[in-house]
Amino acid sequence: MTDVLVVAELSNGEARKSTLAAIAFAKVVADGGAFDILVIGEGAAGAASGLAGWGARKLLRAEIEGGYLAENYAATVAEVAKGGGYQVVTAGATYYGKDLFPRVAAKLSAGIASDIIAVEVDGDTRKYRRSMYAGNLLGTITLNTDIHVVTVRQSEFEAGDAPGGESPAEDVEIAVDETAERIEFVSLDAVESERPDLAEAQVVIAGGRGLKSAENFENILEPLVDTLGAALGASRAACDAGYVASDLQIGQTGKVVAPNLYIAVGISGAIQHLAGMKSSKTIVAINKDKEAPIAQVADYFLVADLFEAVPALTAEIKKLG
Amino acid sequence: MKILVPCKRVSDPDNANKVKVSADGTSVNTEGLEWKPNPFDDWAVETALRLNENAATNEKLGEIAVATFGPAEAVQQLRQFLAMGADRGVLVEATDEQLDSWIIARGLEAVAKAEESELIVMGKQSADGESSAVGPMVAELLGWPCSTGVMSIDVESDGKLLIRREADGGVITQRITLPAVLTVTDRVVTPTAIKNGVTPADHKYPESDSGRYASLKGIMQAKKKPIDQKGLDALGIDTAMTSSYGEFATPPARTGNTDFVESVEELVQKLHTDAKVL
Repeated sequence: MTDVLVVAELSNGEARKSTLAAIAFAKVVADGGAFDILVIGEGAAGAASGLAGWGARKLLRAEIEGGYLAENYAATVAEVAKGGGYQVVTAGATYYGKDLFPRVAAKLSAGIASDIIAVEVDGDTRKYRRSMYAGNLLGTITLNTDIHVVTVRQSEFEAGDAPGGESPAEDVEIAVDETAERIEFVSLDAVESERPDLAEAQVVIAGGRGLKSAENFENILEPLVDTLGAALGASRAACDAGYVASDLQIGQTGKVVAPNLYIAVGISGAIQHLAGMKSSKTIVAINKDKEAPIAQVADYFLVADLFEAVPALTAEIKKLG
Repeated sequence: MKILVPCKRVSDPDNANKVKVSADGTSVNTEGLEWKPNPFDDWAVETALRLNENAATNEKLGEIAVATFGPAEAVQQLRQFLAMGADRGVLVEATDEQLDSWIIARGLEAVAKAEESELIVMGKQSADGESSAVGPMVAELLGWPCSTGVMSIDVESDGKLLIRREADGGVITQRITLPAVLTVTDRVVTPTAIKNGVTPADHKYPESDSGRYASLKGIMQAKKKPIDQKGLDALGIDTAMTSSYGEFATPPARTGNTDFVESVEELVQKLHTDAKVL
């Protein structure tokens, strides 16, 4: 039995879906123990009520105004983790989790398992599996400290449906860290998009250097993206070339996705790109070059000129209705 | 300014699919793969070089030390960074089995104090372990602020750094006061990502997906640059590990072979009726 502290990730006063992945992990690793959710940030009270039906023993609210800064959050997370006697502290392995949790681990002098994809619980032993070497190796890590600090890969932990009920909520004391005086949140430039978030989409369509321009992304690829209600992604080469914003980058350097359907258009498939998408359920490649390394992971490979194939594909899918 | 760039050697990241697991499953076998500088560290060194120079006059503004934890042979990767333009090296000798994120963070804390570093710039992750843990950890140990996933840096007139960093759903802008830790992503090597207030503001670095190449002169000079080589025990830190790897495995191969389809119609039909994803 293990008691787990889930740290919610907030955006506009609501919990992001990464929080649900952390809850899914918490339920497994608790092994009959309980989990609490620390809802920290601006709009914590509202976000906490949105999480009341997920089966937590209690919701801990820490209202901190202003934009997110690890320096402003870590001390409170660490104090709650210590004070509550938790054995595992967890969050999603998003940019948020990767920014905040190593600092929390250092405050707790605790071992950290980052971006885990699975956990195995055997009595008091917890083994965490991680993807390494750009997805070419799986390592099993154990932590030797009383508290384990763990971030979980969102695509590998499914929360399912909320069990319902109403977890009681209470406020926790905010711990102050003077390091926060030396960093200031200026702004968050949120990407405004009607499309689903890359990390959460069921279908992802990614373009590479083969698209050749930003205009082609817009005119050739985006109609297909919108026909399928998909998220748009890109290879590093396409981002480097300025065809699309860098936050769409998929791969070791960008985001890791695992949708039901991944369509790689004009992407050769460097190892670093494959690391970000090869856990997708079905992978389609559209490329002129049959020998492109993307073939190593593609289930279907259409050898074709993308400038003809993609509009034809969009039209054909529309016929399906 | 004194900048410290922690770095790591990794087995050739462009051939990461050739990494093997030992027969007993307890260690990683990188035999046959060349050791390379971690590409994320290459971007960090480039960041430090841009912060530390007037690119118009080639004048240097301060000093850059590069530090690594690893076997004696890791001196080769340190020399590569010295050839790019870093000034000094620190090699803390240790085996992989002695190291985890926590020990490296503790070790870097000791190195940064000894070096009187004012800024630590490092890659946001290593290409092999991919934990992204050391940066914020060493910042916490030093009591410094930290920006992770840094995409651009503007040095302001009062010496503070205006940072744009990766965030979920967009880009966060932060203003950070030195001493501080930055972990960088590939965006920092784009032509105008770094403005240090000394290099003319309209200066554009060349388009590249990596840091600068070492010149022949740089390679020659690197051979004479000092490297402070010492054992892990010389740092006077607690070397008890907080984590260890017990087993390694190769991920399951994707099932089935690639189905090369002839036409858009065939693709749609198969995605619809076989894969059932349309």
